[in-house]
Amino acid sequence: MELYQLTIHELQNKIRQGGVTSTAIVNSVFGRIDAVEENVHSYITLMRESALEEAQKADEQIRTGEINALTGIPVALKDIYCTRGVRTTCGSLILDNFIPPYDATVVVKLREAGAVFTGKTNMDEFAMGSSTETSYYGFTRNPWDLERIPGGSSGGSAAAVAADECIAALGSDTGGSIRQPAALCGVVGMKPTYGRVSRFGLIAFASSLDQIGPFTKDVEDCAILLNVIAGYDLRDSTSVPVDVPDYRDYLNRGIEGWTVGIPKEYFIEGIDPEVRGAIEQAIRTVEGLGARCREISLPHTDYCVAVYYIIAPAEASSNLARYDGVKYGFRAADCRDLLDMYKKTRSAGFGAEVKRRVMLGTYSLSSGYYDAYYKKASQVRGLIKRDFEEALKDCNVILTPTTPTPAFTIGEKTDDPMQMYLSDIFTISANLAGIPGISVPCGYTQSGLPVGIQFLAGHFEEGKLLQIASAYERNAHIEKRRPIL
Amino acid sequence: MEYEPVIGLEVHAQLLTESKIFCGCSTKFGAAPNSHTCPVCLGMPGVLPVLNKKVVEFGMKMALATHCRINEECSFARKNYFYPDLPKGYQISQYAYPLAEFGYVDIEVEDGKKRIGLTRIHMEEDAGKLIHDPHNPSSYVDLNRTGVPLIEIVSEPDMRSAEEAAAYLRRLHEILVYLEICDGNMEEGSFRCDANVSLRPRGESEFGTRTELKNMNSFRNVQRALEYEIKRQQYILEGGGSVVQETRLWDDSQGVTHPMRSKEEAHDYRYFPDPDLVAVKISADWVEAVLREQPELPLEKRERFVRDYGIPPYDAGVLSSSRPLADYYEEVARQSGNPKAASNWVMGDLLRFLNEEKREIRDCPISAASLGELIRLIDQGTISGKMAKEIIEEMYRTGKTAPAVVEEKGMVQITDEAALSGVITGILEANPNQLAQYRSGRDKLFGYFVGQVMKATRGKANPQVINDLLKKMLAG
Repeated sequence: MELYQLTIHELQNKIRQGGVTSTAIVNSVFGRIDAVEENVHSYITLMRESALEEAQKADEQIRTGEINALTGIPVALKDIYCTRGVRTTCGSLILDNFIPPYDATVVVKLREAGAVFTGKTNMDEFAMGSSTETSYYGFTRNPWDLERIPGGSSGGSAAAVAADECIAALGSDTGGSIRQPAALCGVVGMKPTYGRVSRFGLIAFASSLDQIGPFTKDVEDCAILLNVIAGYDLRDSTSVPVDVPDYRDYLNRGIEGWTVGIPKEYFIEGIDPEVRGAIEQAIRTVEGLGARCREISLPHTDYCVAVYYIIAPAEASSNLARYDGVKYGFRAADCRDLLDMYKKTRSAGFGAEVKRRVMLGTYSLSSGYYDAYYKKASQVRGLIKRDFEEALKDCNVILTPTTPTPAFTIGEKTDDPMQMYLSDIFTISANLAGIPGISVPCGYTQSGLPVGIQFLAGHFEEGKLLQIASAYERNAHIEKRRPIL
Repeated sequence: MEYEPVIGLEVHAQLLTESKIFCGCSTKFGAAPNSHTCPVCLGMPGVLPVLNKKVVEFGMKMALATHCRINEECSFARKNYFYPDLPKGYQISQYAYPLAEFGYVDIEVEDGKKRIGLTRIHMEEDAGKLIHDPHNPSSYVDLNRTGVPLIEIVSEPDMRSAEEAAAYLRRLHEILVYLEICDGNMEEGSFRCDANVSLRPRGESEFGTRTELKNMNSFRNVQRALEYEIKRQQYILEGGGSVVQETRLWDDSQGVTHPMRSKEEAHDYRYFPDPDLVAVKISADWVEAVLREQPELPLEKRERFVRDYGIPPYDAGVLSSSRPLADYYEEVARQSGNPKAASNWVMGDLLRFLNEEKREIRDCPISAASLGELIRLIDQGTISGKMAKEIIEEMYRTGKTAPAVVEEKGMVQITDEAALSGVITGILEANPNQLAQYRSGRDKLFGYFVGQVMKATRGKANPQVINDLLKKMLAG
């Protein structure tokens, strides 16, 4: 086994036992990056030099015995978090030259926990997409099949973990942008409860839906990362002052006697038979652990995609207004006047998908349309949230497929936004309801593509998700494969 | 046909909090461009606003002072538009759920009091400033003002003349300054006013088409602009035309209003709830706590001065026009034990000195205690009122106390009857003719003898004592 193949907890054990240095781990990871990055293209910006410096500092700390939760562990960051002094593009030309003068709260927390940053990973432009194909910096390939997409929008982070180009990574999830690529790349990905992790320094796509979460190689690592990033932040008014437990405590508890809800609305016509097969197998595994699986109903499921594509673009149209060429980022040349500068800058600086959503959002917020679209969508969002509250009264967690299909091929859906939007059909609801969700690998298709299973729980019940995910992971006996690169 | 103007005002008041509404930057005016900025108020990617609680409290103070209902829950909305002085591309304001609603203030009009309704008070952030280079086709952006807290106070369309509008504006200004939540400086823009005005035939209940007036940076300009606009609309209506609903800018130099270019006002602000901020919950306890800190307001103070100090309403009005002046007056009244005299001295000599030099009461070289002492000296008969006039001038000039000036100038009044009897005896002896005439009935000569005594004592004799003594001694 190479060091880059190991998990956080495995590396920590080795570090504690002595003999393995952070420098060695970082060198191993960058060696792997040198070998596979050309094919996968997980990263927009690599931070090799600073990573080696941080590794040396970590090694000094390790020598003094001062080992924190992530000391010396190489972690990749989606290029959506502001990093002081390191270019942060959000996958867009409009921020091509943007170097933030401040760190996002999660970046500060990871740094304080001793993490070493490998770089900034590729993503759909402003996190708008489900395939990482809308990035201004080219697409990322799925490590399991280089002709396929890794999912999105956090495709770079998912691919980097799957391809061992980092030990763990952070992503952001607005409608499935962590869970969907985690499923398609065969890794663990969690979207915590809205308000669990500070959004300060996360470049906003849709503020009421965005949430930061981990990509890891296993469930234990997910708990370790969540321990570090969760918690109230004075700088984010929407973060919630709820105590952060030690999420590792939930890992080995089992789920004997649990009730697991299977929403009938999530087993639709268009679902891939192999995905369905893998989920049915997973249900049997869960039942084998002493849990009772029963059908439940989330009656407003049909409206999720529609509601999401009103609310998210509306918020985005406002959030992205600041990219106007005045203060930072890209500004078009040869502008006649102010209006001309705005138009040229935003026409050239944003890609097609971003412009589509800005226009969609501007339209639905316009006077005369607000009540019919944004207001109505907000009301339906309330109903969707209530569906989950009702359902979760009678069950501990909800189980669904993460995605309707395995990874699709590059270019397959780029000309059909509706098809692309439907790839998030099972993940969007958790963002609308603000509840946490986790995607865990649950097998492979015959052609060797990973399939993911999603667990959903009530607000601030990440512990329950980790409890069932770890029990499932231990007992599903899914063959441990590595992508061949 | 006789037309009746209908006027409503929107007032923006900058709040005197130490820091901005959504970040920790200073709100101080006049710093080097962009020195009071941070990633939050610069609208950098990924930053989030955090509400400054002081802003809510200042807003609550104004709401309480204007009899508004403070909503138990209010929230922020985004007002979206592009402009280089607005770094986020939206202004965080309040829309559907404002801080406070349904208030009023009373103004004084010719035939008594009139009540002007307040529709709402809401909190929002100020924008930055553009500075246009006169020599180059470039503009610069100063974002120091971005995020300085504002409250917007919207009136009902209750005013019926430019004078009423000006009186309402003065009343709001007075309250804001009294509460010490706004410095009220109209030139620097910390107190700004937009006006909506329309005309309708007198007796008609429907409103006519209104125009919105902007760019009036003094009370006088607000009144002038409204007077002009009322005449302009009347002229149009009388000519059979119709008023166009538009925004018009007041041109101070020409004394007219011009329409703003329609492109600049063709905004659809696309308001929606700001997802970055949570609802502000205002408990009854919080309101109670703010209420306890609430100072006495100008109108209440005015009435109390008349009631407790027995001074005329006009004087009470002048003395309560600002908190420092009112505090000064009350201290003089307390120190002297003579509120009426205190009112006369503050209103008369003191304000005259200050006005001549355009000085504020807080810069007054005579302390309230010192002025009180001067009044006490008069009331005790140590000095005369006439001497006091001379003394107060000296006190103002040098900052010395009344006893010090009295001592220096040897201005102590002679009240000793024995000493004065001697003086009077001498005068009677030196003026036998006048004495004889007086005694034969020429009463008018009494004044002559008073004058002689004053002359002999160089004005230091106590007039009351002279009166009494002279009457006795002249009678023989």
